[in-house]
Amino acid sequence: MSETPDKKRSEVADVDRSLYDFVMPEEGYERYADGLTPDIVRAISAKKDEPEWMLEMRLKALDAFHEMRMADNWGPDVSALDMDHISTYVSPKTKQARNWDEVPEDIKTTFERLGIPEAERESLAGVGAQYDSEIVYHNMREEVAEQGVIYSTIEDALHDPKWEPIVHQYFGTLIPMRDHKFAALHYAVWSGGSFVYVPEGVSLSYPLQSYFRLNASGAGQFEHTLIVVEPGADLHFIEGCSAPKYYEANLHAGAVELFVKDHARLRYSTIENWSKNMFNLNTKRATVGADAKMEWVSGSFGSHVSYLYPTTILAGARSRCEFTGITFAGATQDLDTGCKVVLNAPDTTASVDTKSISKDGGVNTFRSSVVVGRKADRARATVSCSSLMLDDISRSDTIPAMDVRNATASVGHEATIGRISDDTVLYLMSRGCSEAEARTMVVNGFANPVSKELPLEYAVEMNNLIKLEMEGAIG
Amino acid sequence: MPDTLLSIQGLSAGTEDKPILHNIDLAISAGETHVLMGPNGAGKSTLGHVIMGDPSYQVSSGTITFDGTDITDFAADKRSLAGIFLSYQAPVEVPGVPLYSFLRTICQMRPELKTTARKFRQRVSEICEHLEMDDSFLTRELNVGFSGGEKKKIEMLQLLLLQPKLAILDETDSGLDVDALSIVSHGIEAYRQECNGALLIITHNTRILERLDVDRTHVMVRGNLVGEGDASLIDEIDSTGFGRFEQALAEKGGVSE
Repeated sequence: MSETPDKKRSEVADVDRSLYDFVMPEEGYERYADGLTPDIVRAISAKKDEPEWMLEMRLKALDAFHEMRMADNWGPDVSALDMDHISTYVSPKTKQARNWDEVPEDIKTTFERLGIPEAERESLAGVGAQYDSEIVYHNMREEVAEQGVIYSTIEDALHDPKWEPIVHQYFGTLIPMRDHKFAALHYAVWSGGSFVYVPEGVSLSYPLQSYFRLNASGAGQFEHTLIVVEPGADLHFIEGCSAPKYYEANLHAGAVELFVKDHARLRYSTIENWSKNMFNLNTKRATVGADAKMEWVSGSFGSHVSYLYPTTILAGARSRCEFTGITFAGATQDLDTGCKVVLNAPDTTASVDTKSISKDGGVNTFRSSVVVGRKADRARATVSCSSLMLDDISRSDTIPAMDVRNATASVGHEATIGRISDDTVLYLMSRGCSEAEARTMVVNGFANPVSKELPLEYAVEMNNLIKLEMEGAIG
Repeated sequence: MPDTLLSIQGLSAGTEDKPILHNIDLAISAGETHVLMGPNGAGKSTLGHVIMGDPSYQVSSGTITFDGTDITDFAADKRSLAGIFLSYQAPVEVPGVPLYSFLRTICQMRPELKTTARKFRQRVSEICEHLEMDDSFLTRELNVGFSGGEKKKIEMLQLLLLQPKLAILDETDSGLDVDALSIVSHGIEAYRQECNGALLIITHNTRILERLDVDRTHVMVRGNLVGEGDASLIDEIDSTGFGRFEQALAEKGGVSE
C-alpha cells in the first residue's frame, strides 16, 4: 500500500504484451543490406520506379545525413543506435492488396490480431496497412472515393500523372531535409506511408486510418504521410503503430506533413505502441490556413527512446490548434515528447493539454515550445502539463519554452506533478477494488481527458495498455 | 452469541508513533444498530478505519472477527468483499473516473450482485430517486466537485447498491442541512429494511439518531470504550455531555495516551 519504492516491482521487466509481441517469420522477404550507401538509396528508388526528382532528393538527403552531426545536446541518449546495423528496407513478398483475402496469410493474421479489418468494417472510411517497409493493404469506401477523396500510398500517387505534380508540390516542403539528421535520413530512404487529398468542401463522416507494423528485427521504418485538406474540408486521420520486441535496436524515423487550408479542419490521432527496443525519432508538422483548425490527439506508450514534438504553424488569421497528448514511460523507457506551436497570424489560438505517467524507473520529459510572431496580434496560447509519478525511481521533467514577440499576445503555462495518494487507493479498496485495480482506476482516470478524445476502439486499446502496464507494476 | 457479525476483542491500535485505541471490546450482531459516541478526537473514526483495514493504523494486539472469520490481517478490499462498508466522513475525489462506471465496476466484482446492464441501470435509478439525486450526477467524476451533502448521498448510493452486512457510517451526518439529513436517514432506514444490515454509526451529535431505532450505544473517551447502554444513553449524553465518562476514565487510572 505504501508508495515506498519496492525493488521487486522495478524488476518486473516486461508485461504481457502478447497482443503486440508476436513475430512472423521473415522467410522469402526482400531485405536490403544494413547501413547507408548511395547504392541502397538507388536500389530503393529503382524498385519504386520513381520520378527522377525523387531520386535526386534522396541522394541529396543522403549527403545531408552523412554531413550533419548527431545532436549531442538534446534529450535522451541515442548512441546505442548504430545505423550501420539497421536495415533501411525490408519488403514482404507481396503486392499491395485492396482486399484482405489477397494479403498473405501471416500478414493478414497480424493485422487481424491487431483488430484492423474489424475496425475497417465497423467505423472507418478507409484503411492503409504497412508491414515493414511497404504498404500491403490499401482500401477506401467507394462513396468516399466518389467525393474525390484520394487515399493511397505516396508511391501510387507518384505513378499517377494527375497526382504526381501534387505530391511534387508538397512533398518535403514543410519538413526540410536539413531539419535534423533523422529528417535527412528519412528523405534518403523513405518508403510507404499515405497520401491523402480531401477536395474543397468535402467532409468525411468516418476517419481514415493507417496502421504501421514493423515486424523485422534490426530494421527501420521510414514512412511518409502527406495530407492535403483543401479549403473548407474536414478529415479525421488515425495512425496506429506497433512492433514486437527484439533485442536489436529498431528505428522509426517517419515524417508527417499536413497541409490544412483555409476554413478546413484536420484531426490527427495517434496511438503509438512500439516495442521497447525502438528508437522513435519521428517528425510531424502541420501548417494551418485562415479560420482553419488543427487538432492533435497523441498517445505514446511504446519505444525505448522517443523524440516526438508535433509542430503546428498557425499561418492564417484566426487559425486554431488543439493538442491533447499522453505519454506513459515504464522501465527502460526514456520518452522525450511534447509539441511546438508557432502563432504567426492575428487572433490565432493554441491550447495544449498533456499528461505524462512514469513508473518503474521510466523517464518522461515534456518539452513544449510556443513561438508568437510579430504579426500575431491578440494571439492566445495556453499550455498545461500534468505528470503522475507512480514510484520514487521514476522521473518526470517539464521544459517549457516561450518566445513571444507581440505585446498584445497572451501566453500561459501551468505544470503540475503528483502521485497516487494512499487515501485514494484506500477509498477505492474500501469499495472492493484490489490495490492494483485501484491504482489502475486512478491512472485511467488521469488519462481520461485524453482517452475521451480518441475514437472508441482506440480509447479501449489505451485503457487496456494502461491496464497491462499497471499489472506489470504490481506483481 | 451465535449470530455475532462483528467481534472485536482486546484491540489496541495506533499509528507508528502514537497508540490511539486501547483494549477495545465490541460485538455487533446481524441487523443491529449500534452508535459510537464520544468527544472530538476520542478515536471513533480511527476505530471505523481500523475495522475497514486502513493500513495507516497498525494493530498491536487483539483480533477482529467478521462473520466467523478472523480478518485482523485482511486488506481493505477483502474486508469490503466480505461485507464491510465504511462511509467516509470526507469521501475522496477521484478525477476522471465516471461515477456510473465506478458503481458498475464495484458491483460486477461481487458474484452475488452481478447483473445485466439494464437491471443495474434500473436499480441505480431507483436509488437515485429515493435519495433525491439528480441523474446527471452519474455522468460526473467520482466525488469531484460535489458539495459535502452530495458526497454523502453518493456514499449512501454505494451503500444501497453494495448491500453490505455491516455499514460503518463515519460522521455521515456532519455538514448536512435538515433536508439532506432527512434524505440520508431514509437511506439508512432503507438499508436496514432491505438488507437487514447492521450499522455502526459514529457521531458526536444526536440529531441523526432521532429517527433510528438504536440497539446499543457505546461511548469512547481518549481511545477507550468507557460506557455502554441502550438508546436511552443517547438522551443522557444529549443533556449532560461526556463529563461523567471522562471522569470515570480518569478514576480508573485510565490508560495513558
